[in-house]
Amino acid sequence: MIFEHDVLVIGAGMAGLRSAIEAKRKGADVAILTKVYPVRSHTNAAQGGINAALGEGDSWESHAYDTVKGSDFLGDQDAIEILAQEAAGDIIELEHMGVIFNRDEEGRLGSRAFGGASHARTYFVADITGQALLHVGYEQILKYKIPCYNEFFATSLILEGGETKGCVALEMRTGEMHLVKAKAVIMCTGGVGRTFEPSTNALICTGDGMALAYRAGAPLMDMEMVQYHPTTLPSNGALLTEGARGEGAYLINSLGERFMQKYAPNMMELASRDVVSRSEQTEINEGRGINGCVLLDCRHLGKQVIKTKLSQIYDLARDFSGVDLVKEPVPIRPGMHYIMGGIKTDVNGRTLLPGLFAAGETACISLHGGNRLGANSLLELVVFGRRAGAAAAEHAAASQPSAAGAARLKEDDGALRELLDRGDTGEHAGPLRLELGRTMHENVGVYRTAEGLTRALGLVRELKDRYRRVSVQDKGRVFNTNLFATLELGNMLDVAETICRGSLMREESRGAQFRLDFPERNDETWLKHTLAWKDGDAARMETLPVTITRWQPAKRTY
Amino acid sequence: MDVNLRVRRYDPSGDHKPYFQDYRLTDQPDGVTVLDALIDVRENVDETLALRCSCRSSICGSCAMRINGQATLACKTKVSSVSQPGATVTVEPAGNMPVLKDLIVDFEIFWNKINDIGPWLKTEGPDPEREYIVDNDKMLNLIGTVSCIMCGACVSDCTVLAADPDFLGPAALAKAYRFVGDPRDAHKQDRLGEYVQDGGVWDCTHCFFCVEVCPKGVAPMDWILELRREAEAAGFTNHNGVRHSKVFAESVQEAGWLDEARLAMDSMGTLKEKLSLVPVGLRSFLHGKIPPTGPFHYKRPGAEHIKRIFEELEAKE
Repeated sequence: MIFEHDVLVIGAGMAGLRSAIEAKRKGADVAILTKVYPVRSHTNAAQGGINAALGEGDSWESHAYDTVKGSDFLGDQDAIEILAQEAAGDIIELEHMGVIFNRDEEGRLGSRAFGGASHARTYFVADITGQALLHVGYEQILKYKIPCYNEFFATSLILEGGETKGCVALEMRTGEMHLVKAKAVIMCTGGVGRTFEPSTNALICTGDGMALAYRAGAPLMDMEMVQYHPTTLPSNGALLTEGARGEGAYLINSLGERFMQKYAPNMMELASRDVVSRSEQTEINEGRGINGCVLLDCRHLGKQVIKTKLSQIYDLARDFSGVDLVKEPVPIRPGMHYIMGGIKTDVNGRTLLPGLFAAGETACISLHGGNRLGANSLLELVVFGRRAGAAAAEHAAASQPSAAGAARLKEDDGALRELLDRGDTGEHAGPLRLELGRTMHENVGVYRTAEGLTRALGLVRELKDRYRRVSVQDKGRVFNTNLFATLELGNMLDVAETICRGSLMREESRGAQFRLDFPERNDETWLKHTLAWKDGDAARMETLPVTITRWQPAKRTY
Repeated sequence: MDVNLRVRRYDPSGDHKPYFQDYRLTDQPDGVTVLDALIDVRENVDETLALRCSCRSSICGSCAMRINGQATLACKTKVSSVSQPGATVTVEPAGNMPVLKDLIVDFEIFWNKINDIGPWLKTEGPDPEREYIVDNDKMLNLIGTVSCIMCGACVSDCTVLAADPDFLGPAALAKAYRFVGDPRDAHKQDRLGEYVQDGGVWDCTHCFFCVEVCPKGVAPMDWILELRREAEAAGFTNHNGVRHSKVFAESVQEAGWLDEARLAMDSMGTLKEKLSLVPVGLRSFLHGKIPPTGPFHYKRPGAEHIKRIFEELEAKE
């Protein structure tokens, strides 16, 4: 079938929902296309909170500087200023929409401390802040009666005269291919977690939007900046919120020492995530770990705090590690969590491809530079989701509908049929994905070297070759999850290549990228973004200067 | 450890009837969850097995299904917690929703019910410049319902929905309380007026299944009972449900045991409804379901103790 809208939002996490709401408010006919029902999106996983300088004695400049410093000076300061300035208004708006933020004794919004922040400026709903926001976002979608193409999988963007004009999508329930025409597309498809094994990310985080944009000709920026979260469970990679450390939990090694004393004497456990993850990995590598982990100790916080403010992680530790947080510390380790890089956009979500916008984890504005601060990601979704929605509506109002897309639809449909008809080649998505994930974790993790990165890139290229022969066992059209997993793997392989190439190119250590062969930050050569353009079958790399408005790079200590 | 799964399969394009398929996995870690096992099957044994799953940490609500007959999240359920070593774990799709394929059900029914309760905050007048000032305890109280991840486990196992698809169901009604109990919402009265209609709060039969299966401790039935109290307090008392609960309590308080005949008669609000009970009464009589005392309800020995319990509880409230 053919559907037509002014603005099409792909992805229904909070960035997608917020941008759709704004496009609708600006008068556009907007629709959301998503591979999972909106409330299943990965925004759910954000536990700790959302930042804003709302409190007394705090200022947007302080929030902005913490973010700049957290980014290891790679974040673009014009974008960061907007984030910090507009944060308060957006959080108040979320409160008005219905988010049940925690209050203080006077009934005003109450905050908690978070890593890398000089004030307690994280607003929260217990430790389910992301879920609370996402569900309110969904409520607003129902209120505004914004149509959702639920369980539709986008396979390609449609281009006409260099402009984005919608997408081709596979309806998962029927297996039919559809054309969804739009005068502007906003990509809000989240991160790339499954490219790594293990990862805190949901199984749906497969870099779909980045891959689609990249193939259509929009470049990806700073893809080497992959965040490892300091507190993840070894069993399944599940995340324990930074809010635990915000509430005062300790990190201890096998000798019982609060080892962060050595690495970040001022901020201790609340140094930025890259610093804490590296410190943990060093402790583990130097033999002061316990089975590849260190310990997160919440016992001194008491039962009351643990059960009311940290109830979800109490359950996670019990269910997945068999640990009662009230009584014992829980083994944790750094785990792949977030990608700071993504589709390059300006502060209004515009990518370098006309008509294509992006917001949220899938975009790179760049706010987070080399390292994202906790509770800045939910904020990014609402501030820049809103801005992208407004800009896309404006773009759509000034553009013409398109007649293009039929050829693309036919091509994608043919490719799917060919894949479904292929006999068993011995290559399957599951094992290939696992090999990709392990390769990335081993070589493109907390510590990196040219040798490891070259090996990883070689393996990714080899996996891409094998992917060309991949076969699916399920030949049906209805809910063929085998087929979806195979399409997702194709997306992950493209994204993984740009991560490896970006990391190899950046011969310095900054933020989340730590090169053992280049252990220092090099502002002279590398105060730059890396940019990956698709060029034939490979990525062509470029660099871009960092925007500096008022804060010159300084040595970064916590 | 070994894991033996017995999975209900159904493929609308090929199979005409659902069937069970057995899978055996070896060398699984002790903490393996049912979801881990299903993913292992899907990736390494049988790629055609279809299920929804995403977060693996009980927050996205994708993987609700029936495990050994009871709805739950597969990601939260350790194999060792539902079966003896080596025993078979039976996995079936969630109930009360049509199966699309294998473990995937049609969730539209669920979303429509959520939409039916008007699930967004309705404030009145212009918003304040800053946040609404509200008591933190009231916000914390709402976390109980906001914790719902819309997995549908309660809807799957709801015994009323099995008989009456028009019932709003536990998830939607728990969500309804989220707005009724929110001091910022200005439409409490209209909402309660809607929620007491047919298919609403009075249709719950207190079977407790939703409380038992909810993987997030939301206990939807408790919120339904809370909505009833709120509705009564707001003046929505002309309802068979209200009369039913009142007569139930009164008859037990007075006689020490339930007067079933009176319960049926006095729950009905109109003569027409009362008359409609006559055939039911006759049929019950013919089947020997009318108590031997007939319409003459006598006081049980020790009824005064029951009365005392009522009085003490009322004094506490």
